Amino acid sequence: MLRPRGAFFERTIEPLELHVSEALIEKLKNEIAAVEHPRELAVDVMMALQDHHGYLSDAARDQAAELLGMSALEVDELATFYTFIFREPVGRYVIHVCDSLICWMAGEENIVDHLRQQLQIDFGQTTADGLFTLLPVCCIGYCDRAPAILVNRRVHGPLTNSRLDELLQKYRAEAAEKPGSNV
Amino acid sequence: MYPQVLFQHRKPDRINTFAEYREQGGYSALSDVIAGADPAAVIATIDDAQLLGRGGAGFPAGRKLMTVAQDAPHPRYLICNADEMEPGTFKDRVLLHADPHLLIEGMAIVAYTVRARHGIIFIRPEYENAARILEREIRLAREAGFLGEKIHDSDFSFEIVVHRSGGRYICGEVTALISALEGCRPNPRKAPPYPTDKGLWQQPTVLNNVETLAYVPLIVRHGAQWFRDLALTESAAGTKLFSISGHVNKPGCYEVPLGVPLSEMIENCCGGMRDGRPFKGCLPGGASTGFLSAEHYHIPMDYESLKAVGNRLGTGAVMVFDDTTCMVAATLNLTNFFARESCGWCTPCREGFPYLKDLLYRLENGMADGDWIGQVETLCGHLYKAYCAFAPGGVAPIESLLANFGEEVQAHIDLGGCPMQRQ
Repeated sequence: MLRPRGAFFERTIEPLELHVSEALIEKLKNEIAAVEHPRELAVDVMMALQDHHGYLSDAARDQAAELLGMSALEVDELATFYTFIFREPVGRYVIHVCDSLICWMAGEENIVDHLRQQLQIDFGQTTADGLFTLLPVCCIGYCDRAPAILVNRRVHGPLTNSRLDELLQKYRAEAAEKPGSNV
Repeated sequence: MYPQVLFQHRKPDRINTFAEYREQGGYSALSDVIAGADPAAVIATIDDAQLLGRGGAGFPAGRKLMTVAQDAPHPRYLICNADEMEPGTFKDRVLLHADPHLLIEGMAIVAYTVRARHGIIFIRPEYENAARILEREIRLAREAGFLGEKIHDSDFSFEIVVHRSGGRYICGEVTALISALEGCRPNPRKAPPYPTDKGLWQQPTVLNNVETLAYVPLIVRHGAQWFRDLALTESAAGTKLFSISGHVNKPGCYEVPLGVPLSEMIENCCGGMRDGRPFKGCLPGGASTGFLSAEHYHIPMDYESLKAVGNRLGTGAVMVFDDTTCMVAATLNLTNFFARESCGWCTPCREGFPYLKDLLYRLENGMADGDWIGQVETLCGHLYKAYCAFAPGGVAPIESLLANFGEEVQAHIDLGGCPMQRQ
């Protein structure tokens, strides 16, 4: 399910049912059964469903709510609050560019310009091939490696334009080698 | 160069393993304590060591433990705050990658003193590697009998779990962190009741930073006097991990005794200012502290010395600026951070930071009009009416910009924009 870049009005229609492996649901059920307060696993459950599904769709949110014994609204309140839970489809690789003080001083604006140019997208958008989503993020705690970015929550830094190109190349090659769902 | 305590066994590319930690005398403090130490005596030692909370607030760790009432209900919780989201701070990450068993042993000892049954390490999602290291090392400690049911055949049982956050700055605030753990929107709560009285799931809860807890085994092993003597200044105690970044040659995390002059840290640890440029200023303890100007280049870096100049040591995240830095633009960046990361729960903070960000943007881009300074001062005043410490922290850079870099602000107003060529 690809989302063309910038097409906010062309929202994809989400599947009504969620196809999650029985094994994952079983695993989550067991983890929830093992703790005294199921709610404390809310982030873990959302993350697990998101990792499986690419993002936390409405159906995945409902599934999380059912597993945790929470209302869909309560789960949504959390899902929309946290930086690393996505309530909209994202690319296979989510690039978070740190824009806090030290990375900014070390040339974060150049990093963003280069990524915009190479990927032909702006913040909040996904490339047409569904590979990359570009987002800003606050200090990621790697100020000794500024300027730094996260790709699927894995850190890279200090970065230069050529290092960025290498990274993008690496992820493109990985995607070509192991084509999978780009959602 | 300086005595190393937490980083004594730091290695360039790997953790200090469980076996190595044991050989170095690790877990002996825990064994001694469990063998029948009086919890009150252990707390007294921590208090006597004058160990101040290293997460930013600097609250005395011993006194916090004393607030857990003897007859408080069970179960009790011990939470380690490894959220570390203060901009510029990365000391806990480095420590967890250097010597994770200091934290695990420290947590077990502190849990023993307050009879906590459950330990939780709350960690930011960017630190997934550290989270996995902790899970693995906790398992090793449990297999060796230092965690789990009836440790060393005593009546003390203690387990540690690693809880990954979904990622938001406010989660590092004590009460917001507790809300987050309970699966609620991480809004701060108003004390009283204090967490040590009614915290996680309304049970007594002690919450400490990674670095604070990691000192505990060493204090128990070597004594309070040893710890106090590590500091260079009379009022301070112990060493401190400083995350130094910005315009220095070798940014990184360094352990130095409290009271070492800022200039010495920059020159000895970081190889001096980058390109030999002059020091213009720094944030001494993260984004929630005020700017120090060049006149304080030789200030002893400890809690009291910074307090004396109206500043705070915070998390010890020193962000260094050379003379090419526009302080207005830097403050705008920081205010953008606070505007984005405000949890939105209370109005002064939710509405105030976007206003301040807009005012700073205008100043930097030549659109400041009217009584710019007056407007900023008024808004900063309103932010002290916010619900938690987030907003007063966030205005610290703005207020110190006006106080310490007033000429630069005035130059922006007079010239109608930024007079500096940013690099």
